[in-house]
Amino acid sequence: MTKQILESSEYEIKKAKIIRTKKMTSKEKLFEITLLNGEELGHDPGQFVEVSIFGVGEAPLSLSSSPTKEGSFEICVREVGKLTAVLNKLEAGAHIGIRGPFGKGFPLRRLEGNDLILIAGGIGIVPLRSLINYVIDNRRDFGKVSVLLGCKTPQNMLFGDEIKMWDERLDINFLCTIDKSDPDWKGNVGLITLLIPKVDADPSRTFAVIVGPPVMYKFVIAELIAKGIPDSQIIVSLERHMKCGLGKCGHCQIDNVYCCQDGPVFSYDQIKHLREAI
Amino acid sequence: MALAKEQKVLAPVSKGYKSFVFEEVTDAKNISLKYIPTILPPKKYFMPQYETLVEYDITSEKARAVVESCAMVIFGVHTCDLAGIQCLNMVFAEKPKDANYLIKKSKAAIIGIECNEYCDEYASCTMMGNHLPDGGYDLFFTDLGDYFIVAIHTQLGDDLVTKTGLFTDVQPEHLKALKELREKKKKIFKNEVGLDKKEIENLFDKSFKSKVWDDLDNRCLACGNCTNVCPTCYCFDVVDEPNFDLKTGRRYRAWDSCQNEPFAKVAGGESFREKRGWRQRHRYYRKFKYPLTKYSKFFCTGCGRCSRTCMAQINLKETLSFLKEENK
Repeated sequence: MTKQILESSEYEIKKAKIIRTKKMTSKEKLFEITLLNGEELGHDPGQFVEVSIFGVGEAPLSLSSSPTKEGSFEICVREVGKLTAVLNKLEAGAHIGIRGPFGKGFPLRRLEGNDLILIAGGIGIVPLRSLINYVIDNRRDFGKVSVLLGCKTPQNMLFGDEIKMWDERLDINFLCTIDKSDPDWKGNVGLITLLIPKVDADPSRTFAVIVGPPVMYKFVIAELIAKGIPDSQIIVSLERHMKCGLGKCGHCQIDNVYCCQDGPVFSYDQIKHLREAI
Repeated sequence: MALAKEQKVLAPVSKGYKSFVFEEVTDAKNISLKYIPTILPPKKYFMPQYETLVEYDITSEKARAVVESCAMVIFGVHTCDLAGIQCLNMVFAEKPKDANYLIKKSKAAIIGIECNEYCDEYASCTMMGNHLPDGGYDLFFTDLGDYFIVAIHTQLGDDLVTKTGLFTDVQPEHLKALKELREKKKKIFKNEVGLDKKEIENLFDKSFKSKVWDDLDNRCLACGNCTNVCPTCYCFDVVDEPNFDLKTGRRYRAWDSCQNEPFAKVAGGESFREKRGWRQRHRYYRKFKYPLTKYSKFFCTGCGRCSRTCMAQINLKETLSFLKEENK
């Protein structure tokens, strides 16, 4: 056997540095990251990266910042496994590895010129934030924009300061609900599906974008269809375990589709015939 | 064994009752030319069970992508396994390309051998059209009794023939004998399930909710043997392994199986193929339906390994027969 060093390999990592962290809740932490080679990551909203810590492993994590924010990018990490447990202990100055960005992001060109209903459930706000902030930074290119957010409790809510700003903007219709009532909460109580009828939409020119836990999709999609929004204008981002990011390892496969390469963003008409999708 | 002096030669070797493996040989008498499919297919040489992808050093923050490979001749590959290698070639050449596989593959010469008779009752190579050679080799040997007739398919194959100096030019009677053998094979090799290859896609289109998956749900032990021995299964896991110094280590890939429950599980706890029947169904669809869309090719070679190895006697021919009956 001879060992040869590969000049280019899909498994090669880009070195990156954490430049800022912010504890969001007891489980979630925000990381601002920059590539050590000085290059931009060059991602689309909705794409993901493989974050690598040698000796621990890799995990696929959604990009949370808009590409309009230059010089760095952000991920927001919930501690659920081995890699995220180690990652969430790191602070500014620490080095990590990045592969990607991978996958197909939100179809920006198709969304432009149309009205948008952007729907996030729970931690789905992390990837959807990349699109919300992209839309805000290019606000003229889009029609009416509604942002619908659902959380378990007010304490689970991520990006509180930013959400306050979205709420205050005149050019965004922001609606929020929590699953169960709370003494400190004065807003809507109930599941996110309750917010959809509150949005006044012209179905022919409205695109809805949904990101949330797997259980949420079928209920939200049913509401949107009831509103008259065509399947091709319902955009979803699906969660699967993208281990390699290269359409090979098989973990993220949904029927014949590899979520990491063909998705994670799909329009509903692309996936409704896939029996393992939703 | 002139070849073995110059480079590594891998060939089927007997390991006792009905068990054969591909391994390195230095003496021709150890080779079993009449063998039933080896325990593992030759994919292990291009995609080993464990394979280092990256070596790292935390102290110096250095990481380098590596591939380990060596020149080899794989001798005595059945037509079913040639078909399997051709499937994996497509998968790993598809962008983004997999350098580790492609480099290993580029260093191998492949010499096929024809099956004149059936290996056993588990094979379904005729249904899949893999009982006859259809490319994927540099040289192809057919045993014609007193001699072998050798088809040269590539320049590399021609070079091997020239280098060994063991071969003479083919004569018309040799070709006639080959033709006769192929005619005789037509009588032996019959479609094992009575299912026309062209009907298979349509059959699977209608079978997602078949009762057969409930039956497999009750029988499957989720051991993953079927995927491990499959010549076209390539799913893997990527794992870090620190050395004892805890400073250096490697990132490697290891064969994984869609039959394991955590395979399609996500961090939040949802498992997208929770039931064993669903996972078995996924395996069958990955052989008979999904690759048709992507590669216009069936990923079942008909080698019969999954049925031969299954502890619960789940049999591919029976599953397909059941689907055929159900859709009559």
